[in-house]
Amino acid sequence: MTQASLRPEVSRTVHEAVDAPTPARLPSKRRRNPNVQRSANEAVGVSRWVMLGILAFLAVYSAGPLWWLIVASTKSKEQLYTTNGLWFGEFSLLDNLSDLFTYQDGIFAQWLWNTVVYATLGSVGLTLVALAAGYAIAKYHYLGRGFTMGLIIASFLIPGTLMIVPSFVLFTQMGIYDTIWAMILPGMFGSFSVYLAKVYAEGAVPSELMEAARIDGAGEYRIFFSLGLRLMTTAGATIFLLHFVASWNTFMWPLVFLKGADKWPVMLGLYSWLERGTDSQYDLTGLVITGSLVSTIPMIILMIAMQRYWRSGVTMGSLK
Amino acid sequence: MTATMQAATKRRRFPRGSTRRKRSSSGGAGTVLRAQSGWRVKQDLKGASLSLPFLLGFALFTLIPVAMALKESVFATKTSGLGFGKATSTFVGFDNFAEALADTSFWAGMFRVFIYAIIVVPLGQLVSLAMALVLDGVRRRVAARFRIVLLLPYMVPGLVATMVWIFLYSPVVGPLSDFLQVFGLQVNFFAGNTIWSSIGNLAIWGGIGFNMLIMYGSLQSIPHEIFEAARIDGAGELRIAKDIKVPFLRGSLVLTSLLAIIGTLQIFNEPLLFRAVTPETITKDFTPAMMIYNQAFQVGNINYATALSIVLGVVVGIVSTIIYRFTNRIES
Repeated sequence: MTQASLRPEVSRTVHEAVDAPTPARLPSKRRRNPNVQRSANEAVGVSRWVMLGILAFLAVYSAGPLWWLIVASTKSKEQLYTTNGLWFGEFSLLDNLSDLFTYQDGIFAQWLWNTVVYATLGSVGLTLVALAAGYAIAKYHYLGRGFTMGLIIASFLIPGTLMIVPSFVLFTQMGIYDTIWAMILPGMFGSFSVYLAKVYAEGAVPSELMEAARIDGAGEYRIFFSLGLRLMTTAGATIFLLHFVASWNTFMWPLVFLKGADKWPVMLGLYSWLERGTDSQYDLTGLVITGSLVSTIPMIILMIAMQRYWRSGVTMGSLK
Repeated sequence: MTATMQAATKRRRFPRGSTRRKRSSSGGAGTVLRAQSGWRVKQDLKGASLSLPFLLGFALFTLIPVAMALKESVFATKTSGLGFGKATSTFVGFDNFAEALADTSFWAGMFRVFIYAIIVVPLGQLVSLAMALVLDGVRRRVAARFRIVLLLPYMVPGLVATMVWIFLYSPVVGPLSDFLQVFGLQVNFFAGNTIWSSIGNLAIWGGIGFNMLIMYGSLQSIPHEIFEAARIDGAGELRIAKDIKVPFLRGSLVLTSLLAIIGTLQIFNEPLLFRAVTPETITKDFTPAMMIYNQAFQVGNINYATALSIVLGVVVGIVSTIIYRFTNRIES
């Protein structure tokens, strides 16, 4: 029931999202024209100031905790407890960074590196697998195509918590428990990305072009690799980005599947410090704070730089 | 004759291949067509093979685990002789489910999470809605500047967000307790009666940017003529917001609420992190997902843990169906 009823929602947002990137550029050009600058539903007078006030409040609420994080990571351990949390004290960010990267023989750098490796390999794999499958479903007519689509949509409804325990049993049997493959492989076959790729391929890869390539003597695989992949770059970038961010942030999966601290991604590592922080000899609070900032900055840079892609894919990524 | 017949069969077999039809009707000789149709099938099969990597991986990492969950949940594992002997699995039917349905600590967790969800999710939606409406009401250039700030929480990894708020709440390093003390308020954010509000605030903080973005996107797609028409008819800004904008957002509201509720019922990361600083308030069975984790990986009862996760999955399914039905009824 939910499955059938969810579908129109999903396809609508996906269409919007996939179509969005190109037209989204137009308004920005128009914005520079002073005559059209005023949006039709813009408020004037007192209500304008009320609105700006609300916005300012919400902006402080949104950015405040990050401000605290930045300020706190520039403080020495003593100052963290003694000075006002919202303004800078003595500047010791560099000391904190060197503490962070030397503690336990620089295990934090190892965690960062692991995170980059898992996220990159998993996302490249997922992007290729999903684009190929989406392209096949959209552009070819074969037996079992409808069934595949049915499976994909049905799988959206499986809650993540349901997968974790049986996956543990499976990975133990397969021998990939506590290896990097437990981090990379399962994420490579996300059905949502296939759905996104399929919707995109329907609109972006013209059958006439494929036909022309065939007449020129290209085989089906060659058409996919030299034509299909190129036409689906936008969808590929969206899939890559969404999965990259998701695997950077993932926590429960490595918590269950990785035992050795040398294989942990950065989020799990920070959690282990937070958990130990209160009862260990060495106060780890400062490390957790600086580590949080260091592991967040790449995400903020990536998200701002690639806004065009995730803002369109945002609705879809959240479905899983 | 043969050509038309073949064209007809083709039309039935390939209802969507437009190029194909064009060719067969103009193509002429039957032999060419027959050769071509064999060639087409081969082409389609080759194309279909591109979906093989996905299908194999999907079968291995999604279908097999689901099947294993169903299987594990109807067995019980017993170790003979003080845990040194070999473990034996016996078929127990629905015993695990019966145990799960009668498990008071599981349902207590479910109740906690449910109450939390029906308060926090609508509250977060309201704030996001207000945010989107306000953003839509100011000059576009101003909106673009604020939007990036309002989206910052969405860019922060969920785990980092939780840790930052834990520190902010902390009476030792955080500024919040000091700030409230100025007003004479003594608040312990980690006490039993405040912990859910503390988690709720952080969930709202992390979620509003994303929900706002979806709603703002829908607002931008409303044709501007409608507003002008409403203004000519004498409608004020509030009236326009209430009677035009909010009804337009209903689709996005349903979608984002549904996603939020599904996620909230499975909440795990945030309470687990809070447990690191306040283990006496947050027990190991605090939420259903935490209990599943504890049963599977601390107690080691895989069979019971899978039964619990199936029950949780069913509850999530039922709740989302009810919400969907309910909102549909309001709409019609």
